[in-house]
Amino acid sequence: MRRISRCLLLALAFPALAAGAARDTRLALVAYSTPKDAYAQLIPAFQKTPAGQGVSFSQSYGASGDQSRSVVAGLPADIVALSLAPDITALVQKHLVAQSWNQDKYHGMVTRSVVVFVVRDGNPKHIKTWSDLVKPGVQIVTPNPFTSGGARWNVMAAYGGALRAGRTPKQAQAYLAQMWKHVVAAPASAREGLQTFLAGRGDVFLAYENEAIFAQKHGQPVQFVIPKATILIENPIAVTSGSQHKQQAQAFIKFLRTKPAQRIFAENGYRPIIKGVTQGLSFPVRPQLFTIKYVGGWQSVEQKFFDPHTGVMAEIIGSNGG
Amino acid sequence: MIGRYAVRFAALGYLTLLLALPVGYVFWRTFRHGFWPAWHAVTTPDALHALKVTLILAGIAVPANTIFGVLAGLAIVRYRFRGAGVFNAVVDLPLALSPVVVGLALLLLYGRGGWLDGHHVVFALPGMVLATMFVSLPFVVREVVPVLREVGTEQEQAASTLGANAWQTFWRVTWPAIRWATAYGVVLTTARALGEFGAVSVVSGRLAGQTESLTLYVQDRYQGFDEVGAYASAVVLALIAVTTLIVMTALKPKKEAR
Amino acid sequence: MAARAEPLPGRAQAAPALAVGVSTLYLSVVVLLPLAALAWHAHGWSSISSPEAVAALKLTLLLSLVVAVINAVAGTAIAWTLVRDRFFGQSFVNALVDLPFALPTIVAGLVLLTLYRDLAFTRWGILAALLFVTLPFVVRTVQPMLLELDTEMEDAAASLGASRLATFRRVILPTILPAILSGVALAFARAIGEFGAVVLISGNLPFKTEVLSVYVFGRIESGDPGGAAAASVAILGISFAVLLAIGGLRRLVTRHDR
Repeated sequence: MRRISRCLLLALAFPALAAGAARDTRLALVAYSTPKDAYAQLIPAFQKTPAGQGVSFSQSYGASGDQSRSVVAGLPADIVALSLAPDITALVQKHLVAQSWNQDKYHGMVTRSVVVFVVRDGNPKHIKTWSDLVKPGVQIVTPNPFTSGGARWNVMAAYGGALRAGRTPKQAQAYLAQMWKHVVAAPASAREGLQTFLAGRGDVFLAYENEAIFAQKHGQPVQFVIPKATILIENPIAVTSGSQHKQQAQAFIKFLRTKPAQRIFAENGYRPIIKGVTQGLSFPVRPQLFTIKYVGGWQSVEQKFFDPHTGVMAEIIGSNGG
Repeated sequence: MIGRYAVRFAALGYLTLLLALPVGYVFWRTFRHGFWPAWHAVTTPDALHALKVTLILAGIAVPANTIFGVLAGLAIVRYRFRGAGVFNAVVDLPLALSPVVVGLALLLLYGRGGWLDGHHVVFALPGMVLATMFVSLPFVVREVVPVLREVGTEQEQAASTLGANAWQTFWRVTWPAIRWATAYGVVLTTARALGEFGAVSVVSGRLAGQTESLTLYVQDRYQGFDEVGAYASAVVLALIAVTTLIVMTALKPKKEAR
Repeated sequence: MAARAEPLPGRAQAAPALAVGVSTLYLSVVVLLPLAALAWHAHGWSSISSPEAVAALKLTLLLSLVVAVINAVAGTAIAWTLVRDRFFGQSFVNALVDLPFALPTIVAGLVLLTLYRDLAFTRWGILAALLFVTLPFVVRTVQPMLLELDTEMEDAAASLGASRLATFRRVILPTILPAILSGVALAFARAIGEFGAVVLISGNLPFKTEVLSVYVFGRIESGDPGGAAAASVAILGISFAVLLAIGGLRRLVTRHDR
């Protein structure tokens, strides 16, 4: 009799034990700073789905480059959600993320945005196009592209904008040099840049649409203009190769690309990667939108423009010395 | 006669512009929407946890550096060992070193690929504790050393010849001479530990609810456009600072009277 | 009367030896080991000679020098007012001087940023931040000297017909000069490495408003820890050199007095 009841207990215990093991899954999410509000809503939403039952999260938010470097330096992570692909490529090079991370339908991306001009109330200097940025007396604030990886979107948007306006690559580079002469502050990160601008510095701040919307949501008096020619920002996400919970991590990423999740992203100022979730929200289509591929793709751009010694921007910033 | 008023006016004016006005302004910004919004801002789970982390960091760093401070003071002054000069200089290093550099050094030592990799030091509390210990190291030593020098060894030698062992000599003779200086040093150490930002920022990993100290929290709130949150947390830190000031002021005459 | 620091008689040697051993071990683990890792990883010496680094160095040295000079004057004036003057609220002001010691640097930066918006992101803003954090140094080194100062010499000078200014220049100043220099040295060392107070307010524009500590931070951010380490070691070297120089100057002045 005792043996039967013991077997019975074990048989009953087994699924309970298995469920208990699943309940103990803790995913480490390492992300850049802007989507913090979005993930505060997305994580509970995921936990309500069958795939998310019993999954808890530890979260770390900071500047994208910082976070990438922290993971390299040993910060534990199951999922990395960063601002631009090169910050993930840095992890691929250290074998912390699989090389195939972007071989899916979405090329590894989870959200989108565009580069915009944040201007003063009423846009007194009528800044609408990239040429307006280099008019006499216009003061620009942009994060330093060597400390803020995200700031590289701004530079490539400017470069691509010049190309779209009919300039040759050489002329577009000259435009970048001209533009940098108008820069009066180059804070370390996008968020600091916005605060610098809001504190009264400069006439225009080069930002990402989602950053500008984030600021508006938090009561900041932010007005922005989207230039006709601007770059499509794409934010990547990946599972780390050292993750002990790859299945659940993949499930989370899959969830982030579903309609309900993309809707939450959209409500937080991001352009979604799927259609049909933007009712009631305003994400104007820009006629001369281009992607990073238009200006050469990240690999070539990183080397050509942002190499710390030989890059175009290194030369421009360096020659502005004094 | 005029000279006296001129100097007084200039000195007080300088202090007002540089200290009083900015600090007063922060208090105003914090409470201008009322007391309760500020209170709510500093009693969120993240804020309370940040306070807890800060208190843990100080709670470990301060006692450790106090014991070290007294021992090092004794070592430098009473025991002429070779390299005492270098030792003394190294103790002063944390004062000259930029906190960011401290964080970088810790990352290079304990991070992935570092010499002491794999002990879960960085991106966790131990790393933050080490950073805090580093930056607040010199204060007790610097307070104790001059006192030990001035007091001299006569009484200690007398105790020794009367048969007291080392511990008795220390406890009965040396400690009463240095205790107020030590206390003053403890207060300075505490202030430094509570206020550390740069070094801790580099090694923390910013794990929400886990490795955020109150100073990091201030920056986090500020960057999230949460003005009330940022200023309210800053006020908490400022109040702790003011308390520290009061204790320092109370201890000074005792320290100097000795 | 200061006693010489003599080693204790034989029986008591063991305890100080233990003190030396333990404190040296602690110091090594907490300070020396991370710094060794830093120095070891410091490559990219070429990055220190890059135009941006040199510009940051120049700006840092310039600002720190200006800060040192202003502190020498303002600090002495404040110390004078606190010692030689009598006014209502004096003890409050006296306590207030220690506020920058107690206040976390990030709060100081936030405070100055909010109040002096127009200064923000300019060199003046950085100057204000550095003045804030270095305020107590000269005041606190000069104050005890002034307290101790015998007024006999001043009275003698006055009775011989010297003006107050001459009295100050010929009698008082030489006596307190070593103290001023000590305070200046500390202020300078602090200013060179300051990060937390400066990072918010500086604007970080390379060649214009980027100081060395922020430059180091930028090197880390750009994924160049080797360059950051090299620049940090450079900062350390400069601090040391300047401290030694000021210390030498101080000894020179003191010796001259005798």
